[in-house]
Amino acid sequence: MTTTHAAEAPPPDAPDGLQEHFDATIARDQRIEPRDWMPDGYRKTLIRQIAQHAHSEIIGMQPEGEWITRAPSLRRKAILFAKVQDEAGHGLYLYSAAETLGADRDDLTQRLVEGRQKYSSIFNYPTLSFADVGVIGWFVDGAAICNQVPLCRSSYGPYARAMVRICKEESFHQRQGYELLMTMMRGTDAQREMVQDAVNRWWWPSLMMFGPPDDASPNSARSMAWKIKRHSNDELRRRFVDMTVPQAEKLGVTLPDPELRWNEETGHHDFGTPDWDELMRVIKGDGPCNDRRMERRRTAHEDGAWVREAATAHAAKQAARARKGAAA
Amino acid sequence: MSDDHVYLTLAEGHEDDTRWAYGTGFEDPLHGVDTAVPEGVDAVALAGECVALADDALVSAQRLAEWVTRAPELEEEVALANIGLDLLGQARLLYSRAGQVDGTGRDEDAYAYFRDASDFRNVRLAELPRGDFAFAVVRLLVLSSWRLAHFRRLGAHPDPVLAAVAAKGVKELTYHRQYAAEWCVRLGDGTDESHRRTRAALDEVAPYLGELHAAYDVRDEVAEDLRQVTEAAGLTLPVYRPLPGSGRAGEHTEHLAPLLTELQGVARAHPEATW
Repeated sequence: MTTTHAAEAPPPDAPDGLQEHFDATIARDQRIEPRDWMPDGYRKTLIRQIAQHAHSEIIGMQPEGEWITRAPSLRRKAILFAKVQDEAGHGLYLYSAAETLGADRDDLTQRLVEGRQKYSSIFNYPTLSFADVGVIGWFVDGAAICNQVPLCRSSYGPYARAMVRICKEESFHQRQGYELLMTMMRGTDAQREMVQDAVNRWWWPSLMMFGPPDDASPNSARSMAWKIKRHSNDELRRRFVDMTVPQAEKLGVTLPDPELRWNEETGHHDFGTPDWDELMRVIKGDGPCNDRRMERRRTAHEDGAWVREAATAHAAKQAARARKGAAA
Repeated sequence: MSDDHVYLTLAEGHEDDTRWAYGTGFEDPLHGVDTAVPEGVDAVALAGECVALADDALVSAQRLAEWVTRAPELEEEVALANIGLDLLGQARLLYSRAGQVDGTGRDEDAYAYFRDASDFRNVRLAELPRGDFAFAVVRLLVLSSWRLAHFRRLGAHPDPVLAAVAAKGVKELTYHRQYAAEWCVRLGDGTDESHRRTRAALDEVAPYLGELHAAYDVRDEVAEDLRQVTEAAGLTLPVYRPLPGSGRAGEHTEHLAPLLTELQGVARAHPEATW
């Protein structure tokens, strides 16, 4: 895909012309770059979406991070430690992408810890056994990939480029998760039970990761028109189900949906309806772990304040000493 | 869609699956190294040395893992995990070497998960609780300075495997020491509070310095590293009385057993399982 720069195609001076240039860039499937003119709504929508995505990466470290110290082999410990570290890295790229739109990382973090910005509701569920680490890789990273691969073609350049790298790493995590489950399914009865139990608990929340049904998703239409978003929630959800069913069969687990079956006519799977009331409750803060997740993030941020202040003070002293040295 | 192929091929076999452990990197660092114990090398002593160095690394990595989601800034989150992963990688190689030479044929997990606290030979400084960020960087400075000086000498060890592990570790430990030293200076110089906390961390660490010797006595080098960093940070190293006892002799603080309970719990609950 080619990108567009203001230097290559200077926009006309009049604000009307700017809007037209923006619209034409979107229509040509070219990218908007940080210094290009963009409508306020586009900028705000992107900041909100990218920040929410960054927050999700950071809060998403918690459910799996709980198991690093308890991982039952050193190889799994290394894999999980590295995975959770990657999530911190994703958070960093995404906050940087948001900063290209004029947002500030500290301010976004403040919004998160004050509960003024959201993160993915999936991370408000608990991780009860080591099998959850595998199932999160398979389902949650899998659903994230379905959501995010189309974002690699998002109209905003820095976001699209961050997503390319993130998707590559997410794919790796998903394979690692699935491989853990394969290994556990070849192990003891207790391990197989753990895997099935984790599948039962994570399946429906994972389907909810694609968001509310299309007819109840207020912001979707505009985001699709701006090509920030490329596929509807229901479309992506159906794709996730179609891809996951054969993997579940190969693994030897049952997906907990009695309505799940192949439909010859549509060429897709029919499946049950997620409990949308539950999704709304979790989004509004009443999930099983919302308070704990926020508390951990807030505590880390507050406990680290003196460290950040010290780094700033040291940098200022260094600069003052350098000035004094130069003057002498 | 072709851009989803990774997902679609998930259930297919992948030949490189065994390589999915970043802790030791994708390259086998021991590739091409003769693993026979050279003549004249005492296998029991070699295994003991490998286990002690592995225990230091594993216990340190476990404490660093406790920082996950608790670091003061995302950059520190990433850096502390990097260091933890390096140490975990060192531990795995060293345990594997111990199992090759001590005649038991044990694998890395047998050492990590199925020994009790009294069998661990790590220095006690590694097992002290996580503490605040000042304690984390002061402890890291001391342990990485010591381990680096030690690994530099081990690069010439007659056992080619231990020598190779040490040579690889030197690069990692040089970065760990650099990271810790930079933060010690920032915190020592930063604000009154950070200065106070760093001084308190030095007070807490000092009594354990006497334990930091092993096959080679590198205490002077460690002391010189500490002198340089504390001076740059506007701090002084406290005068201390070494604590009696030694982790190398299996004498530990009350903090090691709970650390191991957490580390080993799942593995011990499922001794027949494969992960």
